[in-house]
Parts: sequence; structure tokens; C-alpha cells
Amino acid sequence: MLELVNVSKTFLAGTVNEKKVLKSVNLHLKPGDFVTVIGGNGAGKSTTLNAVAGVFPVDEGNILIDGMDVTHLSEHRRAAYIGRVFQDPMMGTAANMEIYENLAIAARRGKHRGLRWSSTAKEREYYRELLATLGLGLEERPNAKVGLLSGGQRQALTLLMATLRQPKVLLLDEHTAALDPKTAAKVLEITEDIINRSSLTALMVTHNMKDAIAHGNRLIMMHDGKIIYDVEGEEKKALTVEMLIAKFAQSSGEEFANDRALLS
Amino acid sequence: MFLNYLNSLPATVAQGIMWGLMAIGVYITYRILDIADLTVDGSLVTGAAVCATLMVNGWHVAPAILMAVLAGMLAGLLTGVFHTGMGIPPILAGILTQLILWSINLKIMGKANMPLLARNHFLLASGLYIPRTLLTLVLVAAAVIALLYWLFGTEVGCSIRATGCNLQMSRAQGINTSLTKILGLMMSNGIVALAGAFLAQYKGAADINMGRGAIVIGLAAVIIGEAVMSRISRNFAVKLLSVVVGGVIYFFVYQTIIFLGLDTDLLKMLSALLVAVFLAIPYWKKTYFSHPKKKPLADVAEEALEEVPHA
Repeated sequence: MLELVNVSKTFLAGTVNEKKVLKSVNLHLKPGDFVTVIGGNGAGKSTTLNAVAGVFPVDEGNILIDGMDVTHLSEHRRAAYIGRVFQDPMMGTAANMEIYENLAIAARRGKHRGLRWSSTAKEREYYRELLATLGLGLEERPNAKVGLLSGGQRQALTLLMATLRQPKVLLLDEHTAALDPKTAAKVLEITEDIINRSSLTALMVTHNMKDAIAHGNRLIMMHDGKIIYDVEGEEKKALTVEMLIAKFAQSSGEEFANDRALLS
Repeated sequence: MFLNYLNSLPATVAQGIMWGLMAIGVYITYRILDIADLTVDGSLVTGAAVCATLMVNGWHVAPAILMAVLAGMLAGLLTGVFHTGMGIPPILAGILTQLILWSINLKIMGKANMPLLARNHFLLASGLYIPRTLLTLVLVAAAVIALLYWLFGTEVGCSIRATGCNLQMSRAQGINTSLTKILGLMMSNGIVALAGAFLAQYKGAADINMGRGAIVIGLAAVIIGEAVMSRISRNFAVKLLSVVVGGVIYFFVYQTIIFLGLDTDLLKMLSALLVAVFLAIPYWKKTYFSHPKKKPLADVAEEALEEVPHA
């Protein structure tokens, strides 16, 4: 469903701050794969997701979604196939606009936007039902400005928006990292629920090793711009945090350099 | 003397509505798109120049105004292409277009001042017949507000609003943000040129200098309108109306200052300072008057506990 072939990216090429963030990354996701991504700071996790989303052009390699080469497609065109949730809860929604209006914008991802009214009464009814599935009471105030919502509510809404039109690939970039533990757990539960219900193909970056083990059918570990460990199925289910840390030390020859991950 | 002042009030309101109309254009870029677009100083004159020149050449007022609006939209298109297609920061893109328009406006009129007199032409607005002009302007402002209210409620309009509010989110939701920025700039400058076309008729001439400082008057109208009316309603149509009201209040103050005998040379400086202070208020509030909210001790303890790793 998603394929990265020899994808490389260097930031600030030709300067003293040159950083090779992706080094010939190869990754193949089968339809329905729910892959968690872990790795230290600067390993290239977010860069991989942003390369897929088309935030910047890659230097080398190809990116294919459902067999279609999207390497040279602009970010907004690629969005037709991709749902995204960001680390910053402020980033995924328009604060000055109503909950309904945000959903209406998401409902037209990948479609022509013309001079029709932004949403019909029937669509708003459908949005209400969807909001109710979150269990956060948002369906009671669909005309509220999104800026009034809490971080957790905004992430849940962003998840709904990212999946309102079924994406071929769902990209979750540490989307619970900025939330308090209780809210993070709730948002993760909603994530799992949405992915299972529509059997979505998803890439989820997380700094929490326990979450990475508990969710998804496959786990990859990144280090220094490369995928150094890729595990799925029963083998993944049997993983423990200690095993992951040991695996990291063995594969990279370094200590796991992410104190947030160690504490989790 | 005071009687003169009272007699001039209807004319003040008329001017206020025309500049308020222009300020609606500024509102679209400044508040909705989050771009300070300086094109307006030029596109206001372009609207006036196109309307006056066409009418002097025998055109009827209605098609002349329509062409003025189209010319304004072209100016917005140019700024939009400078910004989105060539990566020029929006303020600079607007300044470049403004300078280009200076030459173009001179070429359109063939001179620096193009008279447009009521005794030679049928005009929709003129200082000579204020009541009819007032009625026309109120209707035009109402029509523009109604049109924008509808437009910004449509799919395209919503995507323009989203672009100004959150660029990343807009792209992630498949919005072509270059296109929406260009569309917003075209709408804005079309409305500014419309105001220019009416101003040329009202004043009896299009003048190459009539747009100087238009952006500042526009911002002042937006800010004054928000200060006066933001508590009444958050409805979008009311917000647009408040911009027009802001324009009227601005010119009311302007007339009063003239009546009080202040040196009119200082007016532009005072307008700019007024805008500077109003723009500073949110910044000052944030920097000097925001204190962290004091929380009850129990909440602090609870939060501290939550931060302890769940080992």
C-alpha cells in the first residue's frame, strides 16, 4: 500500500550543518499494516513521515502509494491519499473555524472545491454521529470554534478529519506526545478503534516503547536515517521494552539516546 | 461654523462608507488571509483610473465600474503570483505591485489627474447630490457584504479561510494554498478597486495620489470597527458591517479634527500612530499584563503526581 524505495534526504546540503536525515530508506507496507515507529532523537522518524506526505521533495528514491508513484506530486495533491495527525494539537485543525467547518474541509480532501455551500444538513447530521463516537461530548457543540477545545479534543477531532475520507495511508507523528497521560491513552484508544474499524494502513511514530509494542501488527526501529530493526506478527507481540533497548544497543552500537523513551 | 460642520456630516458618512468598503478588502487579506497586503494603495487608484478613463471615453458608469473591479482583481493576481509563484514575502510582493501600478495608473489616465464631472456624466456617487449617493452606497455596501457572506460560506470560501488560519492543516487537507491565497488577494483588490471607482466619481476626479496611505485607513477602519462592534455579534456579516462602520467613524473623527482647527498636514501621521497603538495593544497585553494564573495547591500537586513516570 505504501512503498519507499531507496529514499534519501539531506538537510542543509553543502553547509557545515549538513545532515543526512534519511539514508536510502526502504519500506513496504501491506494493506492493513499498522506499523509503529520508534527511534532516538534525530533518527529520521518524522522526516520519513514528512517525506511520504510531501512536505519537502526527497533527494533520491521513490515513494509509491497503492502502486502509484507520488514522488513528484505536490503536498496538497498527495493529501487525497493521506490522512495526517501531527504532534502539535494546534497543527491539525483551524482554530478560528467551527468544528463543523473543520470537518467539512476534511470531507472534501482530494475532491473539487466549488461554489456549493460548505456542508449540507445531511452531512452535518453525519458529522454529529461521528463526533458522538469519540465520546468527548463534541456532538453537543458542533458550532463551537475549534480554538476553544482542549489539546486532547483537538487531536481526537484531527483523527476524525484525517480518516473522514478513507485515506490509503494514515500518518501519525507522535500525536499523543503533547498530551497528559490520561488524555494520551484516550486518544490512542480512539486511534486503535478508527484504524481497526476501517482496516486502515497506518504509520505511527511514538516515543513510548510500551505503546509501540502494545499497538499495531508491526514495529520498526530507526537510527541515524536508517531502519535498523523490523519485526511483525507473533515475534512483535512477544517484545518487551528491555528487549527493544538491547536490540537498539546491538544494532546501532550505541546507548538508546532518547531519555523520554526510557522513562516511559 | 458649527452649522457647516453639521451640514458636512452626510458627506462624511458617504466618504466613510466608501473607505469602509475599501477596508472590507483590507479585512479579507489582513484578517482572513493573515497577509498585510500593501497592493491596495495602488489598486484603489487603478479602480479610480479605469472607471474615470472609460467614462471620459463614453462608457456608461456600470460597465466602467465592472472593468475597474476586474482591473483591481488583476492587480491582486499579480501580487499573488509574486508571493506564491516566486516566493516573495507578501509585504514585499504588495510593495512591488504598488510600484508597478503607479506607472500603469499613469499610463491608463495619460496624466496624473483625470477629471470626471457630474455635469458631463451620469454618476452613481457625487458630492453634489448627497442623499442619492448615500442610498446608492448603502445598497452597494450591503450587496458586497451579502456576496462575501455567501462566498466565504462555500467550499472555496472555507478553504480560503482555512488557509489564513492554518497553512499546514490546509495542505494536509488537500487545499492548494497558493491558489486560495491568490483568490483571496484578487477578491480583496477587486473590492478596493470598486471603492476607488466610487471615490473617483464622488470627488469628481481620479488622482494618482488618492491611494496614498489607503492601507492605513483600511487597517484603522478594521480596528475601530472591531473595537466598537465585536461584542455585539460574532456573525461574519456583522464583522464585515463593523468594518464599514469603522470607516464611517474614522471619517467622523477626521471631520471633527478638521473642524477643531488641527493642521491637516498631521492627519496621516495621526492615523498611522493610531493604527500603531491599536496593533500594539495585543502585544502589550501579552508581554506586560499576562500573569500565570494562580492554581489551587491541590491541582498543582495532582499535576506533579501525573508527571511522575508510571513505572
